[in-house]
Amino acid sequence: MSREHILHRVRTAIGRSAGQPVADPPPVRLRIPDVPLAIRISIMLSRIEVLAGKAMRSDDPLAVVAAAIEGKTAIASNAPFLRELGITTLPGVRTCITDRAELRDLCATCDVGITSADYALADTGSLVLLSSPQEARMISLLPPAHIAIVPKERILTGLDELFTVLPDPASQTSSMVLITGPSRTADIEQILVRGVHGPGQITVIIV
Amino acid sequence: MSVEFDRKIKSTLADANLQLAIYTATGRLKDKRIENVADDILPDYQELRTHANALKKHAIENLDHYLEEFERNVEAHGGKVIYCKDGTEVSDFVLGLAKERGAHLIVKSKSMTTEEIDLNERLEHHGLESVETDLGEYILQLAHERPYHIVAPALHMTRYDVADIFTKHLNVPNEVVIEKQTAIARSVLREKFLAADIGISGANFLVADSGAVVIVENEGNARLTTSAPKIHIAIAGIEKVIPRAQDLATFLKLLARSATGQPLSVYTSFLSGPRRAGEVDGPDEFYVVLLDNGRTKLLPDRSKRQSLYCIRCGACLNTCPVYRKIGGHSFPWVYSGPIGAIITPQFMGTTHEPGLPFASSLCGACGEVCPVKIDIPKVLLELRSDVKKAEAREKHGRIEKLAFGIFAWMMTHPRIYEMAGKIAAAMAPSDGGWIRTLPAPFNIGPVAAWLSQRDLPPPPAKSFRDMWRQR
Repeated sequence: MSREHILHRVRTAIGRSAGQPVADPPPVRLRIPDVPLAIRISIMLSRIEVLAGKAMRSDDPLAVVAAAIEGKTAIASNAPFLRELGITTLPGVRTCITDRAELRDLCATCDVGITSADYALADTGSLVLLSSPQEARMISLLPPAHIAIVPKERILTGLDELFTVLPDPASQTSSMVLITGPSRTADIEQILVRGVHGPGQITVIIV
Repeated sequence: MSVEFDRKIKSTLADANLQLAIYTATGRLKDKRIENVADDILPDYQELRTHANALKKHAIENLDHYLEEFERNVEAHGGKVIYCKDGTEVSDFVLGLAKERGAHLIVKSKSMTTEEIDLNERLEHHGLESVETDLGEYILQLAHERPYHIVAPALHMTRYDVADIFTKHLNVPNEVVIEKQTAIARSVLREKFLAADIGISGANFLVADSGAVVIVENEGNARLTTSAPKIHIAIAGIEKVIPRAQDLATFLKLLARSATGQPLSVYTSFLSGPRRAGEVDGPDEFYVVLLDNGRTKLLPDRSKRQSLYCIRCGACLNTCPVYRKIGGHSFPWVYSGPIGAIITPQFMGTTHEPGLPFASSLCGACGEVCPVKIDIPKVLLELRSDVKKAEAREKHGRIEKLAFGIFAWMMTHPRIYEMAGKIAAAMAPSDGGWIRTLPAPFNIGPVAAWLSQRDLPPPPAKSFRDMWRQR
């Protein structure tokens, strides 16, 4: 519609001509602190607690998840990692859904969504999930509770390291989401309420 | 100042409950920001601000280049970019697409840009249902009000207001517990998300090298809006483009801290194109609307164009002593506070509300907290100058011009100045107190208005010149 009109107005206003080369942008600013893994894990755990999430280190995630979803319905992502841990065969867990409508309906009705995470950011307590055939978007979004199981070596220091490891997320996925604690709002009288549209409970298990 | 502006300010000042609500909410946001940018928490805060400013400056100075790069990359990932001059073009595009796809229900996540163009009203006028899904925005849509604050849209409402609005519009029993009100909204809106044909979002950033739209939020409604329906349309101002995904490391560290005092918002979504082969969910179609709507008018002026660096964090509102008294609805357009005072006259013209750039004490607090270092006080001064230049061309500006002419003449003629001083000293109250009014014939119009807010020290009985001569 107005493409040429708008680009022409922009160029006239800033004094550039079409296709004119651009001076280098300010250099990328990424500073990665040197933080040993054990410290990254403990920072990650404490940040999630501050956000009112649950966080733990466990050598037996299967038992933790089994206890957490006992008597509940759950949907697990297609991540091979979850299958290897045996989580997808726990009672009440559905997995390997490849139809969008079916996945959405299941996520909208079950109690818990279980995913892995591609990365985690220690200094903010964030999970980083890239949408893929293994990880759907809705599993960490529609159910009222979200459990994420994260291998410890995927815990990065923070945003700067994430964008160093992953300088071009769009080359890998249509959707990268950083999840920092449970869904929340403070829109009425600034009173904090959790679980407004996304999960109100988040549990991170580091293995 | 227009009568309307004056009336809204006075009614806000007279409402004690509203005063308390604004003061408390902005105070809390302000304090949380201060905590989260403190030296021990974010030692490189000032460097980040400087860097963010340099990135924005570079992007705006080469805007056409980055828009075209963004467009190429959106298309490379299977999305489409639509440039729109104004709200009519945006609604024409959305209506056309909705008609082609047989869509009726639209879910929307929070976007100040769509507030600018009254998108919901335009779509509903043509028979589409367009539902706001951010809790605050949803309440406002039901109440037919516009946002009170850039990041806390329903800041002026109490739980009792919300209870009344929900009872009236949603057919639910009167509920005053905030957790339960939130649950009501969740369940009503959940139905909408699952049934919607189109999701419309705004964008916090457009990333040129990735063709990605970045959206920051706390509730999860933007994730649902952009992922549940088969069509996602992101609507963003052209100034939102930044060069590289890696620059987000800088902007994301500043945005949520400045807005709500969180290190990061709960959800940061980085979205590029429709779902890829094999991805189970996500939209099948992905559109980005790049909106001008007056933005190109700000570009020619090398100083004032910095107004386009704004990342809509709202920190300047929370810290502004004027906003904290007169509130969001006193402002004449969708953007309130100091940032509203500098962008409204530039988008809408200085005559839209000539008093706006003057509604500031120029204390500088807004410039100090701005995460991208917009020199808001400087732009306010430049806009004041624009307003006065425009007024000088009009009739009502001539009286002021005459007054300043007389003043200048007096100040450049020492004898006249001295005589005026003596006359004033003779007329001054003998008790040496402050001058609060002038004697009858002089205490009129602008003079009376000026003195009603200020006290003048009386002129001394003996002037400095007299003392100098007698030394």
